[in-house]
Amino acid sequence: MNVVTPSEKLTPKDFATDQEVRWCPGCGDYAILKGVQKTLADIGAKPENTVFVSGIGCAARFPYYINTYGFHTIHGRAPAFATGLKLANPNLDVWVVSGDGDALSIGGNHLFHLLRRNVNLQFLLFNNEIYGLTKGQYSPTSRQGTRSPSTPWGSLDNPASAVVFALGAGARFVARGIDSNQKHLPGVLARAHAHVGTSFVEIFQNCKVYNDGVFENFTGRDVAGDRQIYVEHGKPLIFGADQDKGLVLNPKTLTLDAVTIGENGVTEDDILVHDETNKIIATLLAHMEPPTLPVALGVIYAVPGQSYEDGVGEMVRSHAQAEKPDFNKLLRSGRTWTVG
Amino acid sequence: MSNTALAENDLDPSPRETVESAVVRFAGDSGDGMQLTGGQFTLATAFAGNELATFPDFPAEIRAPAGTTFGVSSFQINFGSRVIKTAGDAFDMLIAMNPAALKVELGGLKKGGLIIVDTGSFGDRDLRKAGYDANPLEDDSLDGYQVIPIDISKLTLEAVKESGLSKQEALRCKNLWTLGFVYWMYGRDRQPTADWLNAKFNARPDLAEANIAAMNAGHTVAETMELPDGIHGYHVDAADIPPGTYRTVTGAEALAWGLAAGTHLADIKMLFASYPITPASQLLHSLSKMVDHDVVTFQAEDEIAAACAAIGASFGGNLGVTSSSGPGIALKTEAIGLAISAELPMVIVNSQRAGPSTGLPTKTEQSDLYQAVLGRNADSPLCVLAARSPADCFDVAIEAVRIAIKYMTPVFLLTDGYIGNAAEPWNIPDINDYEKIPVQFRTDPEGFHPFQRDPDTLARPWAIPGTPGLEHRIGGIEKDFNSGHISYDPENHQKMTDTRFAKIEGIARDIPVQGVEDGTEMGKLAVVGWGSTYGPISRAVSNLRGQGLDVSHIHLRYIWPFPENLGDLLKGYDQVLVPEMNHGQLVNVLRAEYLVPAEGLNKVSGQPFKIIEIEDAIRAKLGN
Repeated sequence: MNVVTPSEKLTPKDFATDQEVRWCPGCGDYAILKGVQKTLADIGAKPENTVFVSGIGCAARFPYYINTYGFHTIHGRAPAFATGLKLANPNLDVWVVSGDGDALSIGGNHLFHLLRRNVNLQFLLFNNEIYGLTKGQYSPTSRQGTRSPSTPWGSLDNPASAVVFALGAGARFVARGIDSNQKHLPGVLARAHAHVGTSFVEIFQNCKVYNDGVFENFTGRDVAGDRQIYVEHGKPLIFGADQDKGLVLNPKTLTLDAVTIGENGVTEDDILVHDETNKIIATLLAHMEPPTLPVALGVIYAVPGQSYEDGVGEMVRSHAQAEKPDFNKLLRSGRTWTVG
Repeated sequence: MSNTALAENDLDPSPRETVESAVVRFAGDSGDGMQLTGGQFTLATAFAGNELATFPDFPAEIRAPAGTTFGVSSFQINFGSRVIKTAGDAFDMLIAMNPAALKVELGGLKKGGLIIVDTGSFGDRDLRKAGYDANPLEDDSLDGYQVIPIDISKLTLEAVKESGLSKQEALRCKNLWTLGFVYWMYGRDRQPTADWLNAKFNARPDLAEANIAAMNAGHTVAETMELPDGIHGYHVDAADIPPGTYRTVTGAEALAWGLAAGTHLADIKMLFASYPITPASQLLHSLSKMVDHDVVTFQAEDEIAAACAAIGASFGGNLGVTSSSGPGIALKTEAIGLAISAELPMVIVNSQRAGPSTGLPTKTEQSDLYQAVLGRNADSPLCVLAARSPADCFDVAIEAVRIAIKYMTPVFLLTDGYIGNAAEPWNIPDINDYEKIPVQFRTDPEGFHPFQRDPDTLARPWAIPGTPGLEHRIGGIEKDFNSGHISYDPENHQKMTDTRFAKIEGIARDIPVQGVEDGTEMGKLAVVGWGSTYGPISRAVSNLRGQGLDVSHIHLRYIWPFPENLGDLLKGYDQVLVPEMNHGQLVNVLRAEYLVPAEGLNKVSGQPFKIIEIEDAIRAKLGN
């Protein structure tokens, strides 16, 4: 009789590779790497069944530092590669790591189709609002007026919102985290992993060299409490350094208003309760920007649905014959004739 | 309707002239159903035991304005009791369903050739739309041809009047009336077409009946009408065809089956990822039905995604296949470079069409040879194969799969719009006669690294996710020769680049030596072709050898790497002529590789070579 020894639980360190990590000192990617390695340990990921896929950019080096299977593809195309991989082997646990340029500029098309198809994988978008690897040009998420080597007088175009894009594309899981918030991020990643379908997670990531402090307006110690809201399904949307602020729906404008509990007769009962299955609420939350409204963090939207590859598998099973037919029969299907 | 009523009457009293071969061209408006008509005539001709080759020629517009010259859709078939290798040069018979068809196609008809026209479509308006100032049936435009003018429109309406169809629906039966007429001209059996109509219009028996009635009426009219002097029916003897089970096959069908046969022989699954593009889409359509044979198709959001999904699938242990035409291949280029760098198996099919840019989407060309062999950034060698005919696509596809897997490399398979759409009879092979394609997924972690190479093939191991102990990370960044890790080391890059070249060059030792298709292994002139020029070159060379000229035909399946003996073989001839449907591509690669004085014969009209064009070039070279 075989003795089955329970496999030892892997630790975050077991998911580290022997490769020297080559991000700039102080880069937010280090924190995210740590968060992901912890998540993999927490969820009991099997290294042999896990694949990290990336495109091009600073974030795209990520797979080299995770001790699983990994593929560093080409700029913007990781979603397409990952879709093919999942169609070939739906049992693999696939994570795509991307950046704001990779996912929303050169790869915007692929991200859109990945999300609408609902391929079952986790898509992490490290948003630092800048092109780091090419030395600091503005990106599609850079705020208007961003001065960069390619925009010496400030950028002109309106920035894209990653989560609003994702919801618009039909994503069924949309969440947000911050690189430095290690208490929060692994939980969001674990939720993303548990969700069936494409789980889209935007992670605000500070680029120390080219865009340092770009998120300080809501991550700074002095403002974080009042400008961040950690949303949780079924709980009132309360925030603030003193947890005395909340979001209410303004029925006249169909927008969210930030109110203070205890002022103007507002009680906790008036505060909107987060329903992560409600796309209207998710859309309102996704649009919030400081300083008038806090930045929404956590699981903004989650409605599981059949994954693309499961749909393909089902279609194949329902249309293929139970027993694989003789290949020669295929060649002889239709009109044939015999000579001699 | 009984079968006997439709079977060709053995006691046909009309005198028929026996001909060795004939070329017939059906031409009409895009909406006239000429491709369908041609397809049915092809089948009936195949059943009659003739050799044949076809050439569908249609506009890029789905429904160009009716009656215009640019909306003309044509289908040409060459058939005979001898070996048929091309769809024929000038045609013996032209069926013109409207003035535009007559105007466009008349130039291709032999002097003294036969024209069957639908006079019912020669009204003033029809003539104006085709750009005729006067009715060519009434002036001397058609002097020197034989003309059978028939009001096909009217006769069709009469034939189907009991069907209760609307006039518009009834007129759509014109093509079947015409087909019935031509069936009589060549003594063809109508039953297969009747069967096909009954199956096609299963849900509309009234349409099936009307079309069959139209076909029978056309046949009867041909049989009973007083044909103009000198016009009669023809008889073409069955060809001497090797025994076997046959079918007609288009290049696109043979390619779909060949790719699936390849993965069947390798016992792995195929992910076929592609994006619709003319003329390559037919392959996607054919493969999308083949779920029984472990084929999954993925219509990607664009060409790039299709290529990347194929690479992802290959990383996962399927064979990733992608397909397109030149403009789409251009978009896939960066991804193909990734497959070269990551050394993963992949097949890329290019159904070439006329370019540059959008070019002539439905017209054929061979102008992507450079793109396949050379068209990538940096030093990016891969293997390139080319199919010569519709049926040849089957074997070439299997070979592409074999090489891709054995050498862990992307393989280009070049076909073209002509091969893809053209049909020929195919002696259906037995899949069990083909050698299995061995696939060895690595499982042993001992000493593993992802770029550990097989000493013979230089291929790296295929180590797929899901395999414990083989976790590794690769991508487009240069890999260390000894570990597979990222490496920026200068000497390592030199070594890896050299190795990638050596791996592809090594394929030359694993393919057949280049033979001579027709002729001798040395001599005055070698005509070297590749791809769909096979038909016209082989016929031209065979004709001229018959006349005693010292000319030989060499046809390449392996475009890169070339067979090992090719350079020596070419050096055995005084002159080398390379006909290509491009501005000169293979010719330059041959010159560069072997320093041989090869010269080109180039045609980029969107039309295949005519035999006579190649014969003329050969004569000019030999001074005859």
